[in-house]
Amino acid sequence: MSDRLLVATRKGLFELRGGPGGLAVARRWFLGEPVTAVLRDPGDGAIYAALDLGHFGAKLHRSDDDGASWREVAVPSYVGLAGDPPPALSMIWILEAGPATSGGGGSLWAGTIPGGLFTSHDKGETWILRRGLWDDPMRAEWFGGGFDQPGVHSISFDPRDARKLAIGVSCGGAWLSDDGGERWRVSTDGIWAAYLPPEERENPATQDPHRIVRCAAAPDVLWTQHHNGVFRSVDAGATWREIAIAPSSFGFAVAVHPADPDTAWFAPAISDQQRYPCDGRFIITRTRDGGDSFESLAAGLPNHESYDLVYRHGLDVDETGARLAVGSTTGSLWLSDDGGDQWACVNANLPPIHAVRWI
Amino acid sequence: MARVTFTDRLRHVAPTGTVEVAGTRLLELIDVIGADHPHLAAYVLDEHRRIRKHVAVFVDGGLVRGQAALDLVLAPDADVYVMQALSGG
Repeated sequence: MSDRLLVATRKGLFELRGGPGGLAVARRWFLGEPVTAVLRDPGDGAIYAALDLGHFGAKLHRSDDDGASWREVAVPSYVGLAGDPPPALSMIWILEAGPATSGGGGSLWAGTIPGGLFTSHDKGETWILRRGLWDDPMRAEWFGGGFDQPGVHSISFDPRDARKLAIGVSCGGAWLSDDGGERWRVSTDGIWAAYLPPEERENPATQDPHRIVRCAAAPDVLWTQHHNGVFRSVDAGATWREIAIAPSSFGFAVAVHPADPDTAWFAPAISDQQRYPCDGRFIITRTRDGGDSFESLAAGLPNHESYDLVYRHGLDVDETGARLAVGSTTGSLWLSDDGGDQWACVNANLPPIHAVRWI
Repeated sequence: MARVTFTDRLRHVAPTGTVEVAGTRLLELIDVIGADHPHLAAYVLDEHRRIRKHVAVFVDGGLVRGQAALDLVLAPDADVYVMQALSGG
């Protein structure tokens, strides 16, 4: 099992490591700074931390020595693009490592607000905007979800073929590429939006998939926690089927078991208008049969007066599928070593948590 | 020479204390200083070289709002402060 966890928060980046008493905060970086995304590239071990300095813009730092030192590198740029006003980088929302290709090493991908998807082939020194997505006429219909502008928050590669990837846009739908990100097609068949007028409910360009994840061992299976429901695809994102979950299908995060496409976890809240746990009882919901049934996992989680919300990157499962981490907006961090049957609170006083990632 | 001071918040990318720089507009000053502080411009300006929304520029004791700070012709002995606007949180 993974014994290192990166936790990106409103006020810094933390690393938890295993010790005699279990995992605990071992290192901390960028204290006081909002860390919006974090990645450890499994290919070369480089760690990336994206910051949102507010006053002074979005920044990206890379560590080539496992966190001993950091160096500021370039951020994706919208320079040269038309608009009134012209688009400008607001935030790096997700960082992912692209699989190695026949042409050489891996690549670094960034999903950003206001909606650009970028690739770097030199570890963040320079960036390329994926113009095929940016120039799609449908992008004009995108709008912000939780932020003023739309953004790319999920980037998922098909491990069988590095050229195939899926992304999620809030609010702009789910998109697929078969050629490494050159050309894109929106793919939301089966997904619908409760927040739009009836005639617009199936408009693919305005869907809000809060998070999209893929099963590593069964890459045709994708799960999305959408704004008004949970949807699952068994054909690599071509079509989606809605799945209802008690006590609520509203939430932001989803994690899928790396070896079992039928097992997935969610962190529900009441609704988009009441973003806290049902009855103040914080639970994780889990299915082990592809969404036919769900369990409410509560052992070790607060059973009353909880107002914790889990953001879209705040739930993660390790490579074994047994170890889970969930971090909340109120700075609580829980871990499970048995797939969610039992949870333990590691720290209830962290800053608001944006993302957790096993490394 | 204009006298330019950056908020202490930018100490890792800007000169410390007050520096004297030749130039008649803020962009010129940033470019001159940027020769020794290459990350500075991206903190004060966005990728289109617009002043960032929550960066506050004071010239000779007065706040110069928004992009006007870039257009303003500075007096030869202007005092320029580049600060962190409280509007940004």
